[in-house]
Amino acid sequence: MIFGLPLLSVAIWLPIVFGILVLATGGDRNAPMARGIALAGSILGFLVTIPLYTGFDKMTSAMQFVEMRDWIVRYSIHYHLGVDGISVLFVLLNSFFTPLVVIAGWKVIEKRVAQYMAAFLIMSGLVNGVFASLDAVLFYVFWEAMLIPMFIIIGVWGGPNRVYAAVKFFLYTLLGSLLMLVALLYLYNQSGGSFEILDYHQMAIPMTAQILVFIAFFTAFSVKVPMFPVHTWLPDAHVEAPTGGSVILAAIMLKVGAYGFIRFSMPIAPDASHKLAGVMIALSLIAVVYIGLVALTQTDMKKLIAYSSVSHMGFVTLGFFIFNAYGVEGALLQMISHGFVSGALFLCIGVLYDRVHSRKIADYGGVANTMPVFAAFFMLFAMSNSGLPGTSGFVGEFMVIMGAVKANFWYAFLAATTLVFGAAYTLWMYKRVIFGAVANHHVAELKDITAREKLVFAILALTVLGMGLYPLPFSEIMHASVNDLLVHVARSKL
Amino acid sequence: MSNMKSLYLLVPLAPLLGAIAAGLFGKALGRAWSHRVTILSVAISFFASLAIFQDVLAGHNFNGIVYQWMTSGNTSFEVGFLIDRLTVVMMLVVTFVSLMVHIYTIGYMADDPGYQRFFSYISLFTFSMLMLVMANNFMQLFFGWEAVGLVSYLLIGFWYTRDTAIYANLKAFLVNRVGDFGFLLGIGLVLMVFGSLDYATVFANAHSHAKDIAPIPCVSWNMMSAICILLFIGAMGKSAQFPLHVWLPDSMEGPTPISALIHAATMVTAGIFMVARMSPLFELSDTALSFVMVVGAITALFMGFLGIVQNDIKRVIAYSTLSQLGYMTVALGASAYSVAIFHLMTHAFFKALLFLGAGSVIIAMHHDQDIRNMGGLRKYMPITWITSLIGSLALIGTPFFSGFYSKDSIIEAVGLSHLPGSGFAYFAVVAGVFVTAFYSFRMYFLVFHGEERFGKGHHDHQGDHADEEVSADHHHGLAHGQKPHETPWVVWLPLVLLAIPSVVIGFITIEPLLFGNFFQEAIHIGAEHEGMKELASEFHGATAMALHALTSLPLWLALAGVISSWFFYMKRPDIPAAIKRTFSGIYTLLDQKYYFDRFNDWFFAGGARGTSRFLWNFGDVKLIDGLMVNGSARLVGLFSGVLRRIQTGYIYHYAFSMIIGVFVLLSIRNWFE
Repeated sequence: MIFGLPLLSVAIWLPIVFGILVLATGGDRNAPMARGIALAGSILGFLVTIPLYTGFDKMTSAMQFVEMRDWIVRYSIHYHLGVDGISVLFVLLNSFFTPLVVIAGWKVIEKRVAQYMAAFLIMSGLVNGVFASLDAVLFYVFWEAMLIPMFIIIGVWGGPNRVYAAVKFFLYTLLGSLLMLVALLYLYNQSGGSFEILDYHQMAIPMTAQILVFIAFFTAFSVKVPMFPVHTWLPDAHVEAPTGGSVILAAIMLKVGAYGFIRFSMPIAPDASHKLAGVMIALSLIAVVYIGLVALTQTDMKKLIAYSSVSHMGFVTLGFFIFNAYGVEGALLQMISHGFVSGALFLCIGVLYDRVHSRKIADYGGVANTMPVFAAFFMLFAMSNSGLPGTSGFVGEFMVIMGAVKANFWYAFLAATTLVFGAAYTLWMYKRVIFGAVANHHVAELKDITAREKLVFAILALTVLGMGLYPLPFSEIMHASVNDLLVHVARSKL
Repeated sequence: MSNMKSLYLLVPLAPLLGAIAAGLFGKALGRAWSHRVTILSVAISFFASLAIFQDVLAGHNFNGIVYQWMTSGNTSFEVGFLIDRLTVVMMLVVTFVSLMVHIYTIGYMADDPGYQRFFSYISLFTFSMLMLVMANNFMQLFFGWEAVGLVSYLLIGFWYTRDTAIYANLKAFLVNRVGDFGFLLGIGLVLMVFGSLDYATVFANAHSHAKDIAPIPCVSWNMMSAICILLFIGAMGKSAQFPLHVWLPDSMEGPTPISALIHAATMVTAGIFMVARMSPLFELSDTALSFVMVVGAITALFMGFLGIVQNDIKRVIAYSTLSQLGYMTVALGASAYSVAIFHLMTHAFFKALLFLGAGSVIIAMHHDQDIRNMGGLRKYMPITWITSLIGSLALIGTPFFSGFYSKDSIIEAVGLSHLPGSGFAYFAVVAGVFVTAFYSFRMYFLVFHGEERFGKGHHDHQGDHADEEVSADHHHGLAHGQKPHETPWVVWLPLVLLAIPSVVIGFITIEPLLFGNFFQEAIHIGAEHEGMKELASEFHGATAMALHALTSLPLWLALAGVISSWFFYMKRPDIPAAIKRTFSGIYTLLDQKYYFDRFNDWFFAGGARGTSRFLWNFGDVKLIDGLMVNGSARLVGLFSGVLRRIQTGYIYHYAFSMIIGVFVLLSIRNWFE
């Protein structure tokens, strides 16, 4: 606690309160005020999470900044918050992105501005809630609630086919979550009436039950990650979502699924995790190779980056289920980096879309001639997406491949194909969009990025380079928690 | 010692700062200040390298970390420097050639709108290359490795509006990535086995793992062989060895200064440097050394053949570079690491000279690169002519020239090797001498001697230097009656400065470098590989070596190459044409570069695109989305469609079905009783 403030509660509720304030500004007559409040709220929301990092004790794996209050006493459901070295990073990542999304949507969104901004603020708070919850019911509430703003964002500000995409997104993720609820209720009964996630970690569970619990969690989390073969909602959702929606979807929401594996599946059902690790690894490698190939010939830029996201998230699940420090830490770093990079790439596509109103690669060509500054930023992010050392994209991939060699050389062999495929689909797209002679009058009329866009890109570029050149601050905070997790997962609970 | 450490830091950081200044603030700095800043920064780097060279010669090696990059598990990943004799040689070569190329660029890129960007890139390249050679661990090596690849990508595609350029740079990057795929897996094995990526730790423990089986499921390979071959696959990409050589000729789409700096003198030699650096590992695996030698031999000979049929001046030199890289690789395979580095150094000078000379010719020819349109240029550009002649003589191994010492040492060393494949390698490097001499002097004669074939008015371009077309290097050539003339001093000065070491550096340095234990413990040679020792026992000074060569086969082969090229292209130009007709099959094979590009485009690029479309259309769209996702949605829809029919909203329908329901239930009840 800094200044006696319950920081996690502030991180959750401050953006939500600001979101409601923004909503209160009403119609688009007050749009400037809505934008102002949203920006202030999002920046404040990020600032309050900084003490979570600076005040974090790196030496312990215990939960920190813990808050515990009764909520529904009858079922012993608590308002129980806390973060460890794993979740704290995602609270920061999430809060970091909210101001960027607000700035990115500053001029672009002209209809229902207040509602748009509010949706992002409220979602930001809810996502922080997901990462900070230590009570299963609280977690579940945040988890489901977070769908609503995203559903609205896609459904209201989305593209022509937005309703199909929004419904697909909602049904896919909701169906997955329902089985998780069943698993949580089972665990509640088994534990003799506790909804404490940390209690579940310590609880002995027989093998069959572990496997069922694992599968239930798997359905919920794999959809969110998303893993092959339940990934097809993501390209549709991305294509239809407005730029800000895509950014948050890729940068934050996908991380929630992967986080679930590490907070629930692995520690609660360690024996099942080991038993089913082969399946998880196989699905991860399919994601890396198959999706990497599928990404190659996409004609829609957003779809291409969406597939690239699935492929990159394959590294995350691969890293988790090889059960060594390189793998797990690499996977976590990959999650953070993917947040920066995919967010940045969707912003890049957004910049083009705002000007030309097309996401088709074929409608572009030679953008570098008219938007050189933009081309430079785009190059950096594209290179990071291809895992170039010195950028954040390298760190996680490198570590996961190192870990995979340790687990089984052939896993690494398949995973490392991303060096070629990842570069191929990213740079081929870059080539067709940015390089070449000016392709048509749309491109000829393009104006380079404005100061506002430059600011967003500059912040992201510095982050991507900073993390690539000096990832230590990101990795050292997670050591204790990851080590504890690995020790825990190695112990049988039968 | 801390003084030296800041000097070490200065070497890579100065060009980095130069690159940032020219790259981010190029507009504010203007053209002149951009080149001043970057040239100054590279000059600082060069002189700091000189100082470090002195210090290392005085016996002060350094191996230490700069900062901790990250930690994971019990492993610490660091950024650090290893400064020993191998490193300083590379630092000097890199910074010197880079400095020359920076100066040259003022002239070559004078009219290009991307002037600042170009200087920023080549300074960034210098930084990356220095990080690569100064690394003290595999992680940083990989960083430098990929960073030079990035700059190479940016520079090949420097004229990004040209389709050929942006095709070539993507190709270069991807082919390099194929090599890096192996390289990264090799690094992974190193980390797994040694628990560290630090050179010193790995090399110190390498010996105790020499006979281990690789920890790779399903196969039982020797571990050192596996590690070394995987690492070498990386070198095959970066140093353009067969069959990953395909990107280098296309990389000539980039501006000529970078062809000299990156695609001849420095970056492409990174693979050679890497293997030499890893000598403690490679020495433990004869299999890997054999593999290295054979790959190098194939590259040395067969890429040389391709140089014979090329008509683009830069492509001839590009194939020559491939072939010379093959020579270096063969030397590595023969455990003659110091010879490989020696050839790397001499080659850096004379090949940079040849490229910059070609660039000078290209400027004079108004960016016509076809040697069939040249001829007789020696009258008009004497400095370029003389320096190019020096470069060519060095390349073909004329006694007393730098290339002679390094190349002859390679041939000798290969002759002394007993590894499987050394017989073929020896044949390849000896035969290669003739080929090298033939294509080099074919180009030389066609460019500088004979009939003046330029200015035949095949273009109506009226240009001269003043109104040069922006983003140049297009083939437009001289207008009718226009004469070429010597290039400005910023262009020819680097030629002269490079010509000097091209002549003398071999004579001066062969004895200390190869036989004076110059590299000390930086290069390790196993006791059973005695080639270098035998070579040393036969060596009686640089002069004696050159005189001895007069009676040896390679010199006569080189001479034969020069004479036959003179005969074919100066005396009887009808003969090559006749040969071309008679052996059209072989000619087409060479002209098509053994069909590698066609095959790669069809099989790998086309295959990947086809697989991709199939997987997407069939897997994602039809199977997963069509059948499973929307299929189940349709199924639900179908059911509800049937059920909906019953929900008519008429009360008597509901009443009727209720009655039937009650009736059915009652009957069932009765039935069971």
